[in-house]
Amino acid sequence: MLERWFPNQMERGAVQCLIAALIAALVILLVRRRAPNLVTEVFVAELRGLLQIIAVGTILAFLLRGPQWTAIFVLAGMAIAAASIVRKRAGKIPRVYTLALASITAGAGSILGLMIALGVIPMRISILVPVGSMVIANTMNTQSMFLDRFRGEILAHIGEIESALALGATADTAVGRYLQAAFRASLIPSIDNLRSLGIVWIPGLMAGIVLSGQSPLYGALYQFVVLTTIFSSAGLSCLVTSYLITRRVFSPQDQLLLRG
Amino acid sequence: MNSTRYILECRNLGRELPSPQHRLLLRNVSFTLQQAEVLAVIGPSGAGKSTLLRLLNRLNEPTQGSVYLHGRDYREMPVLQLRRCIGMVMQRAYLFPGTVSENIVFGPAQQGKTMNPQQVDDLLARVGLEGYASRDALTLSGGEAQRVAITRALANEPEVLLLDEPTSALDEVSRDGVQSLLASLIRERRLTCVWVTHSLDQARAMANRVLALRAGEVEAIGTPGEILHA
Repeated sequence: MLERWFPNQMERGAVQCLIAALIAALVILLVRRRAPNLVTEVFVAELRGLLQIIAVGTILAFLLRGPQWTAIFVLAGMAIAAASIVRKRAGKIPRVYTLALASITAGAGSILGLMIALGVIPMRISILVPVGSMVIANTMNTQSMFLDRFRGEILAHIGEIESALALGATADTAVGRYLQAAFRASLIPSIDNLRSLGIVWIPGLMAGIVLSGQSPLYGALYQFVVLTTIFSSAGLSCLVTSYLITRRVFSPQDQLLLRG
Repeated sequence: MNSTRYILECRNLGRELPSPQHRLLLRNVSFTLQQAEVLAVIGPSGAGKSTLLRLLNRLNEPTQGSVYLHGRDYREMPVLQLRRCIGMVMQRAYLFPGTVSENIVFGPAQQGKTMNPQQVDDLLARVGLEGYASRDALTLSGGEAQRVAITRALANEPEVLLLDEPTSALDEVSRDGVQSLLASLIRERRLTCVWVTHSLDQARAMANRVLALRAGEVEAIGTPGEILHA
């Protein structure tokens, strides 16, 4: 119906945003008694999200006219931003920013690089930036969960860890089981995403491919590619973190530094 | 003075927390320990007793002075080797998930040594826990768990044993049992111990010498008769 009234794509997009925002506003009105503090927060979040996504769309439109390799700089910028978000989540861990940046770069960078080299993900800005951002964002979430869980495990088991150290165990051995717990907890969402794919949810990328008029089957297959890429990136970044984190929370003399 | 006469020597040991906390935890603590000697460390809460043990085991780093093991500065020793030589039993047992046997063999396994089931059974029998090897460590009572923690520390065959109020978290019956066990193990194995305790009776019963700490500093050191005369 909107296509008939608004043949211009940009105008149609603006109207679609407006309708979606109005429906959200209606929902906020309905829930305001139950969650009075939510109204301002949702309004700000919506406005912020809209401005951010318009900014990204504008940058993408600009980049699409330039050379394809500029996508790498966009993704590098996203990785830097992701690392600072992880730092906010796990700030009590010493030197966590460099740890997160190294892990996200190693995980997302190497997996995306491999996928590009194998031709699975084309080196085109229009594909690489949205797919890369999904991979980086999910890797960031995994990192946050890993570090949050690891810190929680350490603080809950200081006695056990120091007992192991006092018996002559290395720091890696003393925290081994807590690293495993953090690893498992942080990868559960990625595994569940794969497990529930198509049954519980049809992810955005596939919906986008279908909406753009391409084959739904291709959209489904490509969505699988993206989700397994996300899993590989998240898993690899956690592996890198698990090797680097011990030296962040222990002194060179294997003394536990993390206390709160 | 020939420092090698002593198993353990503490010279001007201290620890101060850096800024922003900037707090003095311990200052100028000096003492020596000979083979089979038991030093009780007493003092009110916050006097620095546990800090002293943590520095001796190098779970924390001294900011002043050092500790000498057989005359050798312990900062020159690999820290893992040091901790195997200086065992520690904490206030709570902090057993690892798994069986009692897995807890006992943990220390030797860190050195690449294996203990056969008979050795584990013998050690457990010595602490009154016959037949406990395959029990789930996390289902034991407080007294049983502390006995396992003591056995776990002894399995490493340490030269010095640090005891951080090992009976304070136990009920009266278990406390007496664990104290008697430690007394007999110390006598039988000629263990050199630093025993932190709140109980003056325990210090009197167990120690050859007593070190009294107050506000992170040595208040007095001497025989139980000299220090606990009141």
